[in-house]
Amino acid sequence: MPFDLPMFFAFIIAFAILAYVVMDGFDLGVGILFPFLPVGRERDSAINSVAPVWDGNETWLVMGGGGLLAAFPLAYGMILSALYAPIIAMLLALVFRGVAFEFRWRDPRHRPLWDVAFTGGSIVAALAQGITLGALLQGIAVQNRTYAGGWFDWLTPFSLLVGVSLVCGYALLGSTWLVMKSEGSLQERCHRLAFRLGIATIVAMAAVSAATPFLREAYWMRWFAWPQVLFTAQVPVLVAIVTFVLFWSLRRGHHYTPFLMALALFGLGLAGLGVSLYPYVVPPSVSIWDAAAPHDSLAFMLPGVLIMVPIILAYTGYSYWVFRGKTGHEGYH
Amino acid sequence: MFEGLDAIFLARLQFAFTVSFHFIFPSFSIGLASYLAVLEGLWLWTGRQVYLDLFKYWLKIFALAFGMGVVSGIVMSYQFGTNWSVFSDKAGPIVGPLMAYEVLTAFFLEAGFLGVMLFGMNRVGKGLHFAATLAVAVGTFFSAFWILSANSWMQTPAGYAINAGGQFVPADWWAIIFNPSFPYRLVHTVFGAYLTTALVVGAVGAWHLLRAKPAEKGRNEGARVMFSMAMGMITVVAPLQIFAGDQHGLNTLEHQPVKVMAMEGHFKSHPDGAPLVLFGWPDEAAGKNLFAVEIPKASSLILKHSWDAPLKGLDTVDRKDWPPVPVVFWAFRIMVGMGMLMLTLAAFSLLARVRKRLYDWPLLHRFALAMGPAGFVAVIAGWVTTEVGRQPYTVYGLLRTVDSASALDAPAVGASLLAFVVVYFFAFGAGTYYILKLMSHPPHLGEEGPRRDQPVRAAGITPAPAVSESLATGKEA
Repeated sequence: MPFDLPMFFAFIIAFAILAYVVMDGFDLGVGILFPFLPVGRERDSAINSVAPVWDGNETWLVMGGGGLLAAFPLAYGMILSALYAPIIAMLLALVFRGVAFEFRWRDPRHRPLWDVAFTGGSIVAALAQGITLGALLQGIAVQNRTYAGGWFDWLTPFSLLVGVSLVCGYALLGSTWLVMKSEGSLQERCHRLAFRLGIATIVAMAAVSAATPFLREAYWMRWFAWPQVLFTAQVPVLVAIVTFVLFWSLRRGHHYTPFLMALALFGLGLAGLGVSLYPYVVPPSVSIWDAAAPHDSLAFMLPGVLIMVPIILAYTGYSYWVFRGKTGHEGYH
Repeated sequence: MFEGLDAIFLARLQFAFTVSFHFIFPSFSIGLASYLAVLEGLWLWTGRQVYLDLFKYWLKIFALAFGMGVVSGIVMSYQFGTNWSVFSDKAGPIVGPLMAYEVLTAFFLEAGFLGVMLFGMNRVGKGLHFAATLAVAVGTFFSAFWILSANSWMQTPAGYAINAGGQFVPADWWAIIFNPSFPYRLVHTVFGAYLTTALVVGAVGAWHLLRAKPAEKGRNEGARVMFSMAMGMITVVAPLQIFAGDQHGLNTLEHQPVKVMAMEGHFKSHPDGAPLVLFGWPDEAAGKNLFAVEIPKASSLILKHSWDAPLKGLDTVDRKDWPPVPVVFWAFRIMVGMGMLMLTLAAFSLLARVRKRLYDWPLLHRFALAMGPAGFVAVIAGWVTTEVGRQPYTVYGLLRTVDSASALDAPAVGASLLAFVVVYFFAFGAGTYYILKLMSHPPHLGEEGPRRDQPVRAAGITPAPAVSESLATGKEA
């Protein structure tokens, strides 16, 4: 069997999305949690813990968008024009929270304003990303290689449910990240928040998982047909195990394990999404191979991806390592 | 509220607005990243404190500009899909991989090392920190390389084939990347970025030289060094840029003659030498320039290097293939005018340097201050010239703009355009204010890096740094 380039690039883009979701997930989560943190040292510590890495994290979003354009141009155009409103809302929200990182330090009188922008931007971005995901799962109406639905097709109870779930999930990532990166009162506060957010996230994941098979018969078959149910059932089983370890480690006061378990939950969520969607990139009609760019475009990118992605991961890892350990409120001097 | 308007026009306006705003930041940060690398390199080499002070001074400004560049850039990577999905489908197989290489080789490099560059000075040691600064500078250049290659391909497409689905598919990647206008555009744009940065740095230096009280004259070494470096840069690059621009123009004449006709305001063909229209108002409907001031035959001299060389005009082109002539005509004149002013500043500063009056010639300093924004004006005007000049096509001569858009609804595009305008003016207006505020303080001995410890000082927990905080903000001045 020849090497399946479209499949390889679908995997790369799924990887970029996972990288984006877990990495920007925790820094969006820190933004979502901001209102629960007292003004002053705790907020400063929290934002310092993500300041050196946030724009590297958001680069994975550009990678996801740019990669989709490059490898699956048809899907890129269809998805983005179908989900116009939530995508634009996400972009504008990311502008607000992105500039807030630097702006809040420039003038103490303006800081409350930029803290609101940081939180509001983080919540709207998370909500819009969840809605985008939910709307994609519902399916996108296409005709003659373009989007053929209405402007508000994306807005349904299901897409809103996924949106709210993602806000909870990012907040869980953010709280466990801060448990790992902080000390003292901030850590205690995030520890308490992580418990509640863990429960909220699990409930939300369960609700989304329960609703998904009813969206389309294909999803139902994918999850419950015999004998593949033997494979698909592993996903909820693993979720149960990870959930147990998450709460156990929170109760034992571990610093690192809760964050790792929250990451694992997101990994499993994405795996579940893959089970539902595969082999479609724009459900219900456009598959990975339908949407793929011509062979020569993919072949041209292959060496770039094979060489650069490991290098990127290496120096991203290095940058995290430089800022390892607990973050002080007074920062890096 | 937007029903009466053409959805495609609104989509073009939205793209023009978001890309123009975005372009302001990289055109500053490409040059500033290199400047920071030079400053840090000079500090490591000579050990002079002033270079480190200047490095930290400009690093704070870089952090703000870079952050705004990142967020406005994310918007761009999604605009192609939201508003231009047919273009994305058709040109994606060629333009997409070029942008993917930009992400892979440039964006991650910049973002990965920016954190170390901004906050890691005391964590990684001098050598590694310098390496991080260099990585960011190189990243900004790689980014320019790939995005300008993609843009140039849209201007002068090469190395492609068209498949059964109407998509442009790659036939020869070398020809695609190094398409005919790319080398010229790359050099012209990167020089533009260097000039933009040098003009800003020069203006800040000039401002502090003008403001220095007589008693402080000997102590403003930071302002002197940055002013001298900026003027030196302009003196070298401004003439080079004019030469590069001329070469770029000749390349455009060869590959996109209609754009040059619009730039020159040549409605009519001139079989025996075309005039250079200095000013005038191009009247598209009438097909002539109103109130035109012309130099006979000079345009042929510039473009063909001969007084009597014939030049074709827009009368040889079907009207439906005309770009909007007045926009291209005036944007081009604004850019060239800025270039001439930069050359004047270069000559003036050279004279001052030769006469050893670089730091005490207020007229020069006022001129340099006034020229602070000139680079931004020039790059935006140049960008408008080349992008509007490409109309009515997205892929020149092959894919029309009207055939590139998503199935758009005017109210949706109009509402999102309005949202972009409001958010950008608010967020980037605030950013510009903070940058100007930072610039209003002179660089001083023992300059602080980006802000990590300010909140502690404001709270007054550690008394000693609180003193230097008041120094840092220049409250004693």
